[in-house]
Amino acid sequence: MHKIPSYIPQPLLFSLTSIGIAATLLCSCGKKDETRQLILTGSSTCAPMVADMAKRFEESHPGTRIDVQSGGSSRGIADATSGLADIGMISRNLKEGEDLTPHRMAMDGVCVIVHQDNPVENLTKQQVIDIYTGKIENWKDVGGADKAIVVANKAEGRATLEVFLGYTGLDNADIQADIVVGENQQAIKTAAGNPNAISYVSIGEAAYEAEHGTPIKLIQADGLAPTTGAVANGSFPITRPLQLVTKGEATGLAKEFIDYATSEEVHDLVEKHLFVPAGN
Amino acid sequence: MTWWRNISLSRQGTDRLVGGGLGLMAVISASVVFFILIFVCRGALPALREVGLTRLLTDGRWLPASSREPQYGVTAMLAGSLLVTAGAMLLATPLGLLSALFERFYAPRNLGRWYRRVLELLAGVPSVVFGLWGLMVLVPAINRWHPPGQSLLAATLILGLMVLPTLALTASAALESVPAAYFQAASALGMGRAATILGVALPAARTGIGGGALLAAARAIGETMAVVMVCGNIAQIPGSVFDPVRPVTSTIALEMGYATAAHRSVLFATALLLILMVAGPLGLAAFVKTQQKKRTVRHA
Repeated sequence: MHKIPSYIPQPLLFSLTSIGIAATLLCSCGKKDETRQLILTGSSTCAPMVADMAKRFEESHPGTRIDVQSGGSSRGIADATSGLADIGMISRNLKEGEDLTPHRMAMDGVCVIVHQDNPVENLTKQQVIDIYTGKIENWKDVGGADKAIVVANKAEGRATLEVFLGYTGLDNADIQADIVVGENQQAIKTAAGNPNAISYVSIGEAAYEAEHGTPIKLIQADGLAPTTGAVANGSFPITRPLQLVTKGEATGLAKEFIDYATSEEVHDLVEKHLFVPAGN
Repeated sequence: MTWWRNISLSRQGTDRLVGGGLGLMAVISASVVFFILIFVCRGALPALREVGLTRLLTDGRWLPASSREPQYGVTAMLAGSLLVTAGAMLLATPLGLLSALFERFYAPRNLGRWYRRVLELLAGVPSVVFGLWGLMVLVPAINRWHPPGQSLLAATLILGLMVLPTLALTASAALESVPAAYFQAASALGMGRAATILGVALPAARTGIGGGALLAAARAIGETMAVVMVCGNIAQIPGSVFDPVRPVTSTIALEMGYATAAHRSVLFATALLLILMVAGPLGLAAFVKTQQKKRTVRHA
């Protein structure tokens, strides 16, 4: 039932089958003709929210099955283009040359975070650029304590990195990082565990963690507080759309799900994940 | 073991059936390795053809997704893997071996048994838990001493802790399997405890201890989850133990899900290099062992 990526060679599949996957495959194949199935892959920022939407969609549309797999925006683009997935999820705008149709579900912002005990409240865009390019190396130069700044950057290929690079106008080669982290959670834990660290993550996730006692602080960008409200009215400078993408116009079940995921019916789910519903 | 083949049961075909079944299982287990190798090679082929091995080894930096000028230097990561593994082994080998000697020869019986239980428990702690502990406790501690905290030192300490039980338990098992007659003979010669350990037990258990160390090294070089959280992941040759490093496994874990096209293929190529790096020492060890065996046979 699961689509098999073409890069897995047949012999490997054979051996896997013999180890025991066979049973699972056979079971799920039996149901094929009754259920209508949809596969979504992509952004790890979108995935938890879309999975919640999918659960509710399945309940209200019996006989459907929605598979949501996370793996990054690049993966969402690649899978939607190749047809490996029916719908791709991305947490950024489409770039030139990416020939897909976007459907906006929500908006999210990216904000800079530091440890709770760091006295710094606000950083201008230029200060962020100088910190990330190594021109400012001490917190005292931006109004903090006399401590060396520990710069945490995101690993290559992450949408958060691309959004951050878009905001600062930097190339990843210019960034002088002390630490490279993967997921938002790792970035948050790094800032929580190191009073001198600086990192950047999805506002939704950072706000959620800060509300639940993680010792991090969301830093203002050019005097603007990173809140869902500021993202909603478009005043916050680093925002990004959370979108579903399809190859050409969506049809059939894919269209039904996209209409559902962009409708008002799921606004409570969008807000539960601390994003801002699109068209708000 | 050969006498089993002659007993009457085999004529009834049961043995043939069981033997065939077991053989099939063995073939499956063995072939998995080859399929994985083929899979990795196929993934790596485009990178080796288009980017080339020389660029992988000579590019200065790791910027696989740069839109300006992608660079694919993996040397720093290979060095990172080797440094972290060497550090962990340097830390864990003396600790593991000495604690095994303590447990076998010096500890009161009950204490020894409890010590073994504790080590087994340590071996069962999932690596992600080690990583979390490292990130929340060890890294902030090192950071207070010398920032940024996420460093070669942190990765070495965590990995050392993780492979310690492997080393201690295999060394202990190797010491246990030294024939009792050796110890009786040593006693009869009037040798003391320390002399018996150095002159009899350790030389007799040498192969087992070495095998355990290899196993531990292979685990250390392949370990990912714990290391990725504490090593800092900067692809550079570290100047000191407080500098961050990025082993090959971290790179694959961080980027594989997010990589496309050339970037993805280069990750496969680094995986292939890692496999060769692990297979190299294992092959060498097997070679040395057979050479040794040949020599002993000739001398006898």
